[in-house]
Amino acid sequence: MLGYLLKRLLIAIPTLLAISAVIFFILALAPSNPLGDLATNPAITPEVRENIVRSLGLDQPIPIRYLKWTVALFSGNLGYSFTSRLPVVELIAQRLPVTLWVIGVAYLLSVALALPLGIVAALRHNTWVDRAITTLAFMGFSTPPFFSGLVLIIVLSVRLGWLPFIYDNQLVVSDLESMGRWLKQSIMPIATLVLFQTAVLLRFVRAAMLEEIPQNYVKTARAKGLGRWRIVTLHMLRNALIPVVTLVALDIPTIFTGALVTEQVFRVPGIGALLIESIYRSDTPVVMGIAFIYAVLVVAFNLVADLLYGVIDPRVRHGH
Amino acid sequence: MAINTDLAPGAVAPAGSKNRVWERLWGDRTAQLALVVLGMLMLAIALGPLLYSGSPSTIDFARAFLPPGIGQPLGTNDLGQDQLARLLIGGRISLAVGLAATLVGISLGVAIGALAGFCGGWVDVVLMRVTDLFLALPQLPLVLLVVYLLGDSVRRALGPERGIFLLIVLLIGGLSWMSVARLVRAGFLSLKQRTFVQAAVALGARPWGIVKTHLLPNILGPVIVAATIGVGNALLAESTLSFLGVGFPPDVPTWGRMLYDAQNYIESAPYLVLAPGVAIFLTVLCINTLGDRLRDSLDPTSR
Repeated sequence: MLGYLLKRLLIAIPTLLAISAVIFFILALAPSNPLGDLATNPAITPEVRENIVRSLGLDQPIPIRYLKWTVALFSGNLGYSFTSRLPVVELIAQRLPVTLWVIGVAYLLSVALALPLGIVAALRHNTWVDRAITTLAFMGFSTPPFFSGLVLIIVLSVRLGWLPFIYDNQLVVSDLESMGRWLKQSIMPIATLVLFQTAVLLRFVRAAMLEEIPQNYVKTARAKGLGRWRIVTLHMLRNALIPVVTLVALDIPTIFTGALVTEQVFRVPGIGALLIESIYRSDTPVVMGIAFIYAVLVVAFNLVADLLYGVIDPRVRHGH
Repeated sequence: MAINTDLAPGAVAPAGSKNRVWERLWGDRTAQLALVVLGMLMLAIALGPLLYSGSPSTIDFARAFLPPGIGQPLGTNDLGQDQLARLLIGGRISLAVGLAATLVGISLGVAIGALAGFCGGWVDVVLMRVTDLFLALPQLPLVLLVVYLLGDSVRRALGPERGIFLLIVLLIGGLSWMSVARLVRAGFLSLKQRTFVQAAVALGARPWGIVKTHLLPNILGPVIVAATIGVGNALLAESTLSFLGVGFPPDVPTWGRMLYDAQNYIESAPYLVLAPGVAIFLTVLCINTLGDRLRDSLDPTSR
């Protein structure tokens, strides 16, 4: 298991390097680089501009710049924000917990909903229960999160007035009352993500369970007189989860896409909202830093999926 | 931008005659409904702007925030522009982006998958590593980054509308080819083992001839399914960009842009949110349904 994990970790490093290269070369080749404003500013003479270029190390060849940039990146130095003058790492560290909280809770809830629904749909294949569940799932993943989020706001905030629709980031949890308010404002962003993720996961679970139903080991288990519950949870689900984890791992970038949009809809102060703000403010270092952090998150979640793979599938654990 | 993992490489579907597939598709009530609704949407987008007299761009503050009623079936926005006219024009752009981006994505996917599957060896290894890398990219943040860095210069070089159209189409297409590449590669690998392909090799057929006459036609079915679902995903991707205010310029009323503008008036004018949102939802739902049923009718053994 340890060897397997180490191997996965080693594979993650070239992936991160490649992604950092992609981000760097997009920046290096972009005509509108941070010095674009300087070039058009008549108050700056060519000599001064040249000095600035040299002091920033921009006169060096691209491979050397890339090397320096990557070394700084992997030692945690993402530069400074143009607008707030704060280190980018600090800005991201402020925002990351909210994003991870929303994504984490939403994903756990989605799994808790999708597993039973997917199993029921598969076991009642081609009945009205199956049809109802699959139709709902179909509608769920055809609804873009920004639309379902806005509909939730219209219904729950504007019409019924039950929930606040702007996430208040000044809120400090000090007592039960503020705790309640904090939970209340988390409901809609999380619900938006759960709606979408459950639909996606449910289809994976249902398809994987349908593959297991005709297998011979199920017949054997039934012939041995095992209880239905035991067969479904201990035997079939265990096998069905292997393809599900594969599909979930492939789907990880989509989770972050959904989270970014949801943060924007509800003004949740996570890294997604920070990314959009920084784009509006042309704050290049922050934009670059967040794009890279997203890459790190995707790779990290892929590692978690690999870990789960090892837990579920003994063949992986024992290195076959 | 979602990866449709239902299209994971599997058995190659039998080619079957086109008519039979079509009959099976039309015989399915859900698919029929999706086709009819989609057809009506397309017809409205194609002919609507010619028949409907409202202007999508005329600004008239005296007519701002009119709720849906006679004269303005879907109401007017903060600038007094007619929402129905904007919806119809916006649909053309959204669908055009969806179709063009899918074309780019499918062409790339087929080319890369075919190359990897047919050549094998180190070409296959390298191309599949690249595919894995692309699958691990954080797509939306990356697209935002590229539009942010290249948007202005593209706009200046090619004009505000055409430039951004090309950029978005290439970006969405360039990030959606991976599932098709895997599909085509898997199809090629299994087809290469078949007797009829080996017979063609033994008879001295040229590589390109084998690919063109024996391999490509046999994987057409799954590729068509992938393309159908790809259009829906590309449309969603474009709407997401516009919704974040990063895509087309403000005067181009794509469906996502209309939602972006509407969210500020969600308390006073919720109807501004509903119309474009329902348009996106209905289009994507119909396209996804169609893709799903198409897969079933191409390969009746699946589920």
